[in-house]
Amino acid sequence: MIPARFDYVAPTTVDEAVRALADAGEDGKVIAGGQSLLPVLRMRLAAPTKLVDIGRIPELRAIREDGDAIVIGAMATHYEVQRDPLVREHAALITAATDTVADPQVRHRGTFGGSIAHADPAGDLLAPALAMDAEMVVAGMDGRRTVPAAEYFVDFFTTAMTPAELLVEVRLPKYTGWRAHYEKFNRVAQSWSMVAVAAMVRTDGGTIAEARIGLTNMASVPVRARAVEDALVGQAATAENIKAAAANAANGTSPTSDGNADGEYRSHLARVLTGRALTAAIG
Amino acid sequence: MTATAEPEVGKARLRKEDERLVTGRTRWTDNITLPGMLHLAVLRSPLAHARIAEIDTSAAREMPGVIAVFTAKDLDPAREIGLPCAWPVTPDMKHPRRPVLAADKVNFAGEGVAVVAARSAAEAQDALEAIDVEYEDLPVVLDMEAALAEGTTVIHEDLGTNENAVWVFDSGEAGTGGDVQQAITDAEVTVTRRFRQQRLVPAFMEPRATVVDPTGPQLTVWSSTQIPHILRVMTALTLGLPEHKLRVIAPDVGGGFGGKIGVLPEELMTLLVARKLGKPVKWNESRSDCMATAHHGRDQIQDITITATRDGTITGLKVDLLADMGAYLGVVAPGVPLLGAFMFNAIYKIPSYRFACTNVFTNKTITDAYRGAGRPEATFAIERIMDELAVELDMDPLALREKNWIKHEEFPYTTVAGLTYDSGNYEAATERAKQLFDYDGLRREQEARRASNDPVQLGIGISTYTEMCGLAPSRVLGSLAYGAGGWEHAAIRMLPTGKVEVVTGSSAHGQGHETAWSQIVADQLGVPFEDIEVLHGDTQFSPRGMDTYGSRSLTVGGTALVLAAHRVLDKAKPVAAHLLECAVDDIEFAGGKFAVKGTDKSVGIQDVALAVFAAHDLPDGYEANLDSDATFDPDNFSYPHGTHLCATEVDTETGRVSIRSYVCVDDVGKVVNPLIVEGQVHGGLAQGIAQALYEEAVHDESGTLTSGTFADYHLPSAADLPTFVTDRTETPSTTNPLGVKGVGEAGTIASTPAVVNAIVDALRHMGVADVEMPCSPMRVWQAIQGGAR
Repeated sequence: MIPARFDYVAPTTVDEAVRALADAGEDGKVIAGGQSLLPVLRMRLAAPTKLVDIGRIPELRAIREDGDAIVIGAMATHYEVQRDPLVREHAALITAATDTVADPQVRHRGTFGGSIAHADPAGDLLAPALAMDAEMVVAGMDGRRTVPAAEYFVDFFTTAMTPAELLVEVRLPKYTGWRAHYEKFNRVAQSWSMVAVAAMVRTDGGTIAEARIGLTNMASVPVRARAVEDALVGQAATAENIKAAAANAANGTSPTSDGNADGEYRSHLARVLTGRALTAAIG
Repeated sequence: MTATAEPEVGKARLRKEDERLVTGRTRWTDNITLPGMLHLAVLRSPLAHARIAEIDTSAAREMPGVIAVFTAKDLDPAREIGLPCAWPVTPDMKHPRRPVLAADKVNFAGEGVAVVAARSAAEAQDALEAIDVEYEDLPVVLDMEAALAEGTTVIHEDLGTNENAVWVFDSGEAGTGGDVQQAITDAEVTVTRRFRQQRLVPAFMEPRATVVDPTGPQLTVWSSTQIPHILRVMTALTLGLPEHKLRVIAPDVGGGFGGKIGVLPEELMTLLVARKLGKPVKWNESRSDCMATAHHGRDQIQDITITATRDGTITGLKVDLLADMGAYLGVVAPGVPLLGAFMFNAIYKIPSYRFACTNVFTNKTITDAYRGAGRPEATFAIERIMDELAVELDMDPLALREKNWIKHEEFPYTTVAGLTYDSGNYEAATERAKQLFDYDGLRREQEARRASNDPVQLGIGISTYTEMCGLAPSRVLGSLAYGAGGWEHAAIRMLPTGKVEVVTGSSAHGQGHETAWSQIVADQLGVPFEDIEVLHGDTQFSPRGMDTYGSRSLTVGGTALVLAAHRVLDKAKPVAAHLLECAVDDIEFAGGKFAVKGTDKSVGIQDVALAVFAAHDLPDGYEANLDSDATFDPDNFSYPHGTHLCATEVDTETGRVSIRSYVCVDDVGKVVNPLIVEGQVHGGLAQGIAQALYEEAVHDESGTLTSGTFADYHLPSAADLPTFVTDRTETPSTTNPLGVKGVGEAGTIASTPAVVNAIVDALRHMGVADVEMPCSPMRVWQAIQGGAR
């Protein structure tokens, strides 16, 4: 299939990119790795008239340490994130989730920032970002602002960014020494998550000191399983305690129904997978 | 040049065609670009059932690059003609006219209503959006049983019914067995089940495409098709074109699985537009269009009853099918269920049998042949109900099968469906499969997991299948009202330099003909494998052929090749005798050499070829030509068989099914190339397992295909499939001189019931008696919840 006609610009700085987006207004669209946008264009589900390619802006590719945070540039590919030792050490949940994204070809082209900004509730990086209280650094004509993950994801494919804003980088607080696991459930190896659970635990001896859990595809946005987190704090890390806490995983969620799963089954999966994610994280 | 001492047949030769097919650097239809070529795009109905009130193409005509826009009204004779169906299964079968472009009414979502010809594909695509069609919604008919109910909307008003045809086989009436109604009355044990064969998308790798060149002495059609020969005849007949003015070429074709045996409206509209504009025209399609409009497979409801004595002897089998044709008839669609009619009795000795099939029209994409065509459906139903009968009788399902199957010493065996199975050894294949699988060990593990209430339960699924291959004896096809014969043609040309050209009428689209045919000819003529070129798929140099489907190429086309080679040798012998100055009767041929018996005097076949080319010194009156051809029409089908054993682990907490081990022992007769056989088995298993676990073409209540992309239509990859353990037994077929049986569909036919049987077996103790396909995690989980209630 052939996309509708569009103009294409490839700026080399964030400022140029933001200006190009501002000029294009509602008809502009950022293209990063193109793994989600190109199918949309080719199927003519959308027809932006101007594409702003941010692939030639060097500063967006970096992954770095900045004090108490790990900062991932929006254009870092999944492949780069997956292999980054800083991410692995301080943000293991991101590594674990990235391992499950699509297939090697997609991981080489697709980007961390593109995935976050696309805001597909079935995308695998949203729930970890939420669970970690990530901060999205967004550039616009008036400069840069920081949006907490809890405010960034607004609805299906909708974020708190305006069309003239660009996601520049994501700041992840360091969770050094935490244990993490991403439990993904899908139909075939390369398909999107039906439900997935991003779990991160800090243990103190045999006791769970803190837990952070994000759910993928259990609502129009990623959601925290707060009831499970609260139930775990101070508990011994036993199978019974984990199971009892995981029973609350679907509380407050509003899962959709589709060809793969109805809401009831999704809720059931969220409970089972939360238990498994916690068990795997604690090890 | 000397011939290889070791026979080529049986060697695991790497495929000659793979380098170009795997890299894609070859002549796919879509790679063909001609000077001045225009591009065609088709506007498709988004609605499944609607009247067309008005089509306004005026804005589209003004779009950049647009040369012409056509609807049915201005593309003669699109309004008058109908696409062909070659299999009128009954004399009173209802055959609705399927127009090239819908004129007044659309009957499925995706039906073409207008076409744009433009200078580029992008401009053609853009112009589609400028066409305005006003539709008036009609009620949609999607469910087969509802379609047949009194007072339902009739899709084709002129037919007065949504019923296409009813076809019945009754062993009592046919004289091949008893009366099944009596068997049911007398039965000690009766098991009845309803199974659904979901709709499937053939999902070949290369979407369809066609290029038509109307310039030059003939009208040339390139198409990504399995059937260039049939397409030529059908196009000539349908459009009233003189056949000799039509050349059809199937260049390299990226797979088909039956999905490219159609005569497409797109092929005909491209031809009509090209002829009208006097310019070459190309049509290609997106994957989404392909999934929505290329014919689908399966889609049957099967009501099946089996009867037996308490000791496990089967006494009768009754099958009632509903088969969804979709909105119109595919080329062989009405006959697809018939190909299964002779296979429900499978490998078993069943004294009475009745099969009745009702073909139904709905507002969906048409269905037609898809890998196995009728036989996977039949094999699924019988192998599933054998397991259910075993439960009813409290017998081991393998023991039940063994009690009823045809013993190896009983061949040839004429079945209750009237076919004569020439050979087979079900005992040997099953014994080997059991060894490789560790059947007894897995049964013990299953017991242990049940006892410990393991959240992951183990199940064992069995499929002891046979199928009919080598379509087909022409007389049989005639008796079933099929529109053509089932022979195949081959020609061999001896070139002056000793190289050999082989022309086959069987049209390869990924099967490996070039390799296997070279191996056969190398042995027959004693020439090196590398010296043989196999040509196919162009009616110009291959005027006779019946093309490729139904695992027919090797059994029928391969045999034609052997016959043609014998004729080459017959023609060469007098020349060899002349050159060697001996009598023809004193010549013996082996290893590429004609030798004088009892001497070391000999002449190579290449030298004979050169001598015939030069023609300076030939026997008096000898016609200087070694080239030969042959047509083979089999007397009988061939019957591959085998035993497939599948162990599944079912996660009872999530419903996810994992295949832990899969063993298949197939008997496909003599093997020409074990590597090709292995590839066919692996691909077949993947497709059959995919039906069991993953794939389904789903329509919503408005008739829109909701699984219309690979994001929603779950095609498994290697990552989703287990390591297959394959082996073979070899019982040669007696119906052809090569002893071959065909392997193109066996894996697909056998594997689907093996997987579902294994799932049900894992969960039987939890109250689960069936899971509808595809056995998705949600369906399996729901079945467990239902069983527990």
